[in-house]
Amino acid sequence: MSASDVLVRLSSLGKDFDVSPPFLNRLLEREDRVLLKAVDSLSIDIPKGKTFSLVGESGCGKSTVAKLVVGLYRPSRGSIVYDGIDMPTLKTQADVEPFRKRMQMIFQDPYASLNPRWRVSDIIAEPIRAHRQITGKRAIDQRVAELLVQVGLASADGVKFPHEFSGGQRQRISIARALAGQPEFLVCDEPTSALDVSIQAQILNLMTRLQRQFALTYLFISHDLAVVYHISDFVGVMYLGRLVEWADKRTLFQRPWHPYTRMLLDAIPDLELSGRQRSPVAGEVPNPIHPPSGCHFHPRCPHANERCRNEVPNLVRKDTSEVACHALLENRLPEVTVTGEPADVGSGG
Amino acid sequence: MVATVTGAEQTTSTWLWRFRDSVRRFFDSDVFYSFRRSPVTVLAFVTAVIIFVAAFGAPVLAPFNTNDVATLDLTDAFRPPVWMEGGTSEHLLGTDDQGRDVLSAIMFGTQVSLVVGFLSVIFSMVLGVSLGLISGYVGGRIDHVIMRIADVQLSFPAVLVALLLFGFAKAVLPRGVQDAVAIYVLIVAIGLSNWVQFARTVRGSTMVEKNKEYVQAARVIGRTPIAIMVRHVLPNVMGPVLVIATISLAIAIITEATLSFLGVGVAPTQPSLGTLIRFGNNFLFSGEWWMTIFPGIALVILALAVNLLGDWMRDALNPKLR
Amino acid sequence: MSEARSNQHLLSVENLRVEFPTRRGTLVAVDRISFHIDEGEVLGVVGESGAGKSLTGAAIIGLLEPPGRVAEGNIVFDGERIDDIGYEKMRRLRGNQIAMIFQDPLTSLNPLFTVGRQLTETIRTHVSIDERKARVRAIELLNEVGIPAADRRVDQYPHEFSGGMRQRVVIALALAVNPRLIIADEPTTALDVSIQAQIITLLKRLCREHGTSVMLITHDMGVIAETADRVAVMYAGRIVEIGPVGDVIKRASHPYTRGLMNSIPVIRQDIEQLVQIDGSMPRLTDIPPGCAFNPRCPKVFETCRTERPELVDVGATKAACWLYDYARRPGAGSTT
Repeated sequence: MSASDVLVRLSSLGKDFDVSPPFLNRLLEREDRVLLKAVDSLSIDIPKGKTFSLVGESGCGKSTVAKLVVGLYRPSRGSIVYDGIDMPTLKTQADVEPFRKRMQMIFQDPYASLNPRWRVSDIIAEPIRAHRQITGKRAIDQRVAELLVQVGLASADGVKFPHEFSGGQRQRISIARALAGQPEFLVCDEPTSALDVSIQAQILNLMTRLQRQFALTYLFISHDLAVVYHISDFVGVMYLGRLVEWADKRTLFQRPWHPYTRMLLDAIPDLELSGRQRSPVAGEVPNPIHPPSGCHFHPRCPHANERCRNEVPNLVRKDTSEVACHALLENRLPEVTVTGEPADVGSGG
Repeated sequence: MVATVTGAEQTTSTWLWRFRDSVRRFFDSDVFYSFRRSPVTVLAFVTAVIIFVAAFGAPVLAPFNTNDVATLDLTDAFRPPVWMEGGTSEHLLGTDDQGRDVLSAIMFGTQVSLVVGFLSVIFSMVLGVSLGLISGYVGGRIDHVIMRIADVQLSFPAVLVALLLFGFAKAVLPRGVQDAVAIYVLIVAIGLSNWVQFARTVRGSTMVEKNKEYVQAARVIGRTPIAIMVRHVLPNVMGPVLVIATISLAIAIITEATLSFLGVGVAPTQPSLGTLIRFGNNFLFSGEWWMTIFPGIALVILALAVNLLGDWMRDALNPKLR
Repeated sequence: MSEARSNQHLLSVENLRVEFPTRRGTLVAVDRISFHIDEGEVLGVVGESGAGKSLTGAAIIGLLEPPGRVAEGNIVFDGERIDDIGYEKMRRLRGNQIAMIFQDPLTSLNPLFTVGRQLTETIRTHVSIDERKARVRAIELLNEVGIPAADRRVDQYPHEFSGGMRQRVVIALALAVNPRLIIADEPTTALDVSIQAQIITLLKRLCREHGTSVMLITHDMGVIAETADRVAVMYAGRIVEIGPVGDVIKRASHPYTRGLMNSIPVIRQDIEQLVQIDGSMPRLTDIPPGCAFNPRCPKVFETCRTERPELVDVGATKAACWLYDYARRPGAGSTT
């Protein structure tokens, strides 16, 4: 990937949260500060016009990455380079402003992401008014109506309040607001996980269409591997704040390397009724405040050895994937190729 | 459910349409429904409206202008209410020691009480809501400082704060202006003793609202903290504020009456309900009870009506009780 | 369905109708649905949020939140009607015969008591054994649901367990009374995929071993596919299709079920656009006349807009769709 194709580059990005007990308790109980490493030296490149997805289970830090990228959190370490500019080094509002227009976010909960006291037209017009991109009431009204139609709502819907819409329609409003400032980069934090499947399909189709129409770049956060496979170009798998593997989506889903990736893929319910027995991996995600030493996954990993318990693995290239696993380097990892083509789906291609 | 809007209507007078739409939504709302379904609330509302009209329409509606000393006639003094011996139909509720018509005095007095009540509630609301918003939204050290001030404020009874402030004003201001500014001192004094409730409630709600995704969305858009506080958070924390404001109004009216009764209230030339009760109190044991009882009844009815409205509002706006 | 037949089923629900009176009129949340569950069978109930699946479960065990009420129909459990028995009888039934597992394990556990105490109390209200024996049984149960070091963890409080472990405790609580039917309302929705797989495997194993019937309520077709024997698809308070899980998933008859199955993205299936059903499920306040799905249905015709279809046999499944009523269908053979 050449540098000019990269829109967003995250380098050694880290975010700590202070989860220490209150000062007085610390003093009395002689405890130290406790830091939760929500994101730990994460590096990814998001190419222009593509969709990069981060998957992982709850508490793996994927949503924190989303919030770091759009500036809702300040990173503790590392850099977020957006189109050549390191965002966290920008100090003044005026410096950040031009980038604000270029990136937007779509949130998970369509019931909480729209201000219940605002009319839909005001919600959608907010970015336009904030950045003074269009002035004049009539022009703004026109733009809002256009946006409403673009996301599949009626232009007359602008006068209504959010509570008059269903979950899927609210997510459309949320998308219209994100598009209002004509951004080039959208961060989508679990945009369909609160929706029913039939509505999820509508929203995913809408997002695909808009990406093509406006040449958008997506950072897509999700826990649903099937959704991620459908929408992504590249997929990164996170576990307890670290990226354990990333590759283009076909490689990742057909030749997964990291034992955690393999476990996730194996855990997906099988809609094909092939009678395949899932072999659920024992154990649970450990408490991120006190993560296991070395490779965070080692207590659940069937291939763990002494080195895995002590030494943090770095991402290394394996064919077209990058994987952080000692077992892979030491050739202890059996090769798994999933060739399972979807059965009897006529429209597959 | 929503009326269809033609393009022309929408562009020519959007705000008018929006206003009418909001009114229509209000009458269709659960809040209005619960109002209609509660006879006590409707009664309280009607009573409050009658009192407000009587008070603010006093210059037109009252039989006498009791603020105009020239109209007083000492020969009319100590007249009992109309249904007692010696009462005249001219003075329905009797007259006081100066020959003032008690009914008219109550109407004018209620006006003063209401003005002081409203202004002091507005004062404490503006102060409390602003501090609460800042405290809840910014958090950290600022939150800490504001909340400790609130704690200190809470440990003083309202009447004591008002008395202190009043004494301070009396000591500082020259004698001539004391009467003129007395009403403002009263408003500030009562307002100061009430802001903590607003601040605490707003702070709590703000801390809930600021973590909601719509606030994060506004931050991603790049709105300034002040814009987010005022345009996004404020409208969503106003529900409980209205409830507290209503209940505070009743408290403020009573505090005003208490202070006026203690003699530190508004100037005697512009008697409020509390002042009337104090004046009449001197004659209570000599048999002229009407001079203090009627203003007292007016005060009780007013406070009760406002309080009932506040109670209803609290229930109607509380989603958990619905 | 005749009275005689329903006697063979462990649970049979006929013409169940659940209503919510509101000031804007009566909302019908569950509209005349009928189904049955046999001994040892797992019936999946699937549908989008608001389809009435959870209310159906709540109605069966008498846990409808007022003002919701069963307005019509009857529920027969083990040959006896249970929709009109009193509160006390229902409570005893809930304890002994029918157990419930909820989505959020935290709400089903009392945070103030240890897991062991909650288990022993449940056991002792139903079987008269002494404290020590009940404790032994509690540890047995925790072992059975796969909680490691059960003899130590029995004395811990719910907050000391992770989400997946808590759901295991809830399952242990449900099993404590040896119920004949478990109603599981979205038991895996709050859990991560890897934990979800563990819980499903556990539920399946336990039901096989104990012969317990399960009514599995979920929105997740994947969970249904892995667990259920038969599945009922609900839409706007009605059952639109019911039948063996393989037939419903692979050879759906009702246009809604078909649309639903097609809209699920599939791994390693490269398509540009997912098949989507336009629109959304109607709110309870404005369910259209006729078939509730008609405004979104790609195969809608006149009859669908006016008359409500009943479930009819279509191959191995039953579907409520006028397409399969060959007498009513327009231009016979033009659509399939």
